[in-house]
Amino acid sequence: MLPVIGARLLDAVPTVLLVLTLVFIALRLLPGDPALVALGDYATAEQLALFREQMGLNAPLWQQYFTFIWDMLTLDFGQSLIDRTPVLRLLADNLPYTIELTLVATGMGLLVGIPLGVVAAVNRNKLPDAGVRVFSLVGYAIPDFYLGALLLIVFALTLGWFPINGGGTGFVDRMYHVFLPAVTLAMVKTAFLGRLTRTSLLEVLGKDYIRTARAKGARENRVIYRHGLRNALLPITTGLGLSLLATLSGSVAIELVFNRPGIGEVLISAIAKRDYPVIQAGVVVFAFFVVLINLLVDLAYIVVDPRIRVK
Amino acid sequence: MTLATEQTHVLAPEGPRFGLLRSIILGQPSTIMATIIIAVFLAIAVLAPAIAPYDPLAQSYLAINAYPSAEHWLGTDQFGRDVLSRLIFGSRNSLIFGLISPTLAAIFGTALGVAAGYFGGIIDRLVTRIIDLLLAFPELLLAIMIAAVLGGGFWNVVAVITIAFVPGFARVARASTLAVKQEPYVEAAIAAGVTTPMIIARHVLPNISAPIVVLMTLWVASAIRLEASLSFLGIGTQPPNPSWGNIIRDGLGNIFGSPWPIIGAGFAITMVVLAFNLIGDAARDVLDPETAQ
Repeated sequence: MLPVIGARLLDAVPTVLLVLTLVFIALRLLPGDPALVALGDYATAEQLALFREQMGLNAPLWQQYFTFIWDMLTLDFGQSLIDRTPVLRLLADNLPYTIELTLVATGMGLLVGIPLGVVAAVNRNKLPDAGVRVFSLVGYAIPDFYLGALLLIVFALTLGWFPINGGGTGFVDRMYHVFLPAVTLAMVKTAFLGRLTRTSLLEVLGKDYIRTARAKGARENRVIYRHGLRNALLPITTGLGLSLLATLSGSVAIELVFNRPGIGEVLISAIAKRDYPVIQAGVVVFAFFVVLINLLVDLAYIVVDPRIRVK
Repeated sequence: MTLATEQTHVLAPEGPRFGLLRSIILGQPSTIMATIIIAVFLAIAVLAPAIAPYDPLAQSYLAINAYPSAEHWLGTDQFGRDVLSRLIFGSRNSLIFGLISPTLAAIFGTALGVAAGYFGGIIDRLVTRIIDLLLAFPELLLAIMIAAVLGGGFWNVVAVITIAFVPGFARVARASTLAVKQEPYVEAAIAAGVTTPMIIARHVLPNISAPIVVLMTLWVASAIRLEASLSFLGIGTQPPNPSWGNIIRDGLGNIFGSPWPIIGAGFAITMVVLAFNLIGDAARDVLDPETAQ
């Protein structure tokens, strides 16, 4: 098992380098002067020159490339152009909120989505199945930020059950603050995971070994959970990875809706203020998380599917 | 001789094409509903100047944050602009992005995928590696990251959504091209001395079109959602130009004033995305039964 894990970890190294290269290409080689893009059309010549000097834009391109890769790998993200805060500090302060939101939302989505999918598959073409289908159709169509705004209006503004903004302090308060944003993201996830569970469980339930299990006289619950769901887990693991990624990208808008601190909020406000070092770091951090989540999904396969361990 | 038989093979889909379209649209009650919804929104977008009761940009400080009434069916926003008129004009943005971006992405993605699949070698390895990498990113996150670099504005948003969709098309086009390339009629065409561009145009493209078209219809909905998300984040369509996404953004800033802009714009996005999703699913079931669940 260990060599397989090691191979997967090694495989992530070129991916990270390629991601950084693409980010560099996007940031530096796009048409237009990065200084002009960063500071806007009204910047003076001195401001532009100072910016180029600070960002190392006067060096040859290959040198800039290696400096960039090195800086990113050593987490040297520079300072915010607006208030001189070290970007690393900004990220470290906000990252926990984004991770918290992503994890709580994904947990809620799993807890509701998988049982929902099982119910739909077991009652195929009956009322519960139709209910889950309608729920997932709407879940796919409704934008998460709209759902979030509706929940905010109803449960925070009108009923006053939940806070309107902020991230909270202390565990209980933070869970209280994260609840509505997490429910918003989880509802979209539930639609996706429920449908996925239904499809993969139905496929497994048609297999010969399920009939064998039933013929042996195994109880229906045991057939469904022990024989069925256990084998349906592989596609669900892929789905979970996709859902984690979607939750992470959805968190950007949700942080804005609920006025929560987080990486998405940092990136979006940096774009509005053209805070170039922060934008750069934010993009790299998101890219890093995408690579990390994909890596975790690969590792989860090894746990879920014993066949992979042998290869 | 080979070419003659090939021509009938390639031209065959021309006949029943309308039949296919009919079975997609009239296949189920839900797709009929979806078609009607899309038709209504298309009509609204085309006729916007004629049917909008007010100028979507006209401000009136006499009627700020008005609730729905006979004069303003969906009320007014914090600048006294008529919400319904803004939604009507906003539909133009959503539908234009929804139709342009998947089309452009299909063109570029197919070109890339066919080149990789048909020629193989180093082009293939490079394209595949980058596609796999980009596909690891959720479209929204990829779009946000590109928009972070490019900034907002109409053509930038078109570019952002297009780039976010290209990898998906390239992957499908490459896989289909690899399959078609093995077919005897392609070998026959090569043996008969048909030039490579001609083979691609007459034999490869027509035979990989079904999954590409399916993907395009499926992604109209995604494009509309993406534009709305980007505009909501302030990196898409720029105000005061109305877009369903930035109407919700404005509404959130004025949440104590009036909830109606948010409710109306969100409802419009949900309906249109739902309708295009249903059509996309139906198109997949009819055109590409193998991948249908």
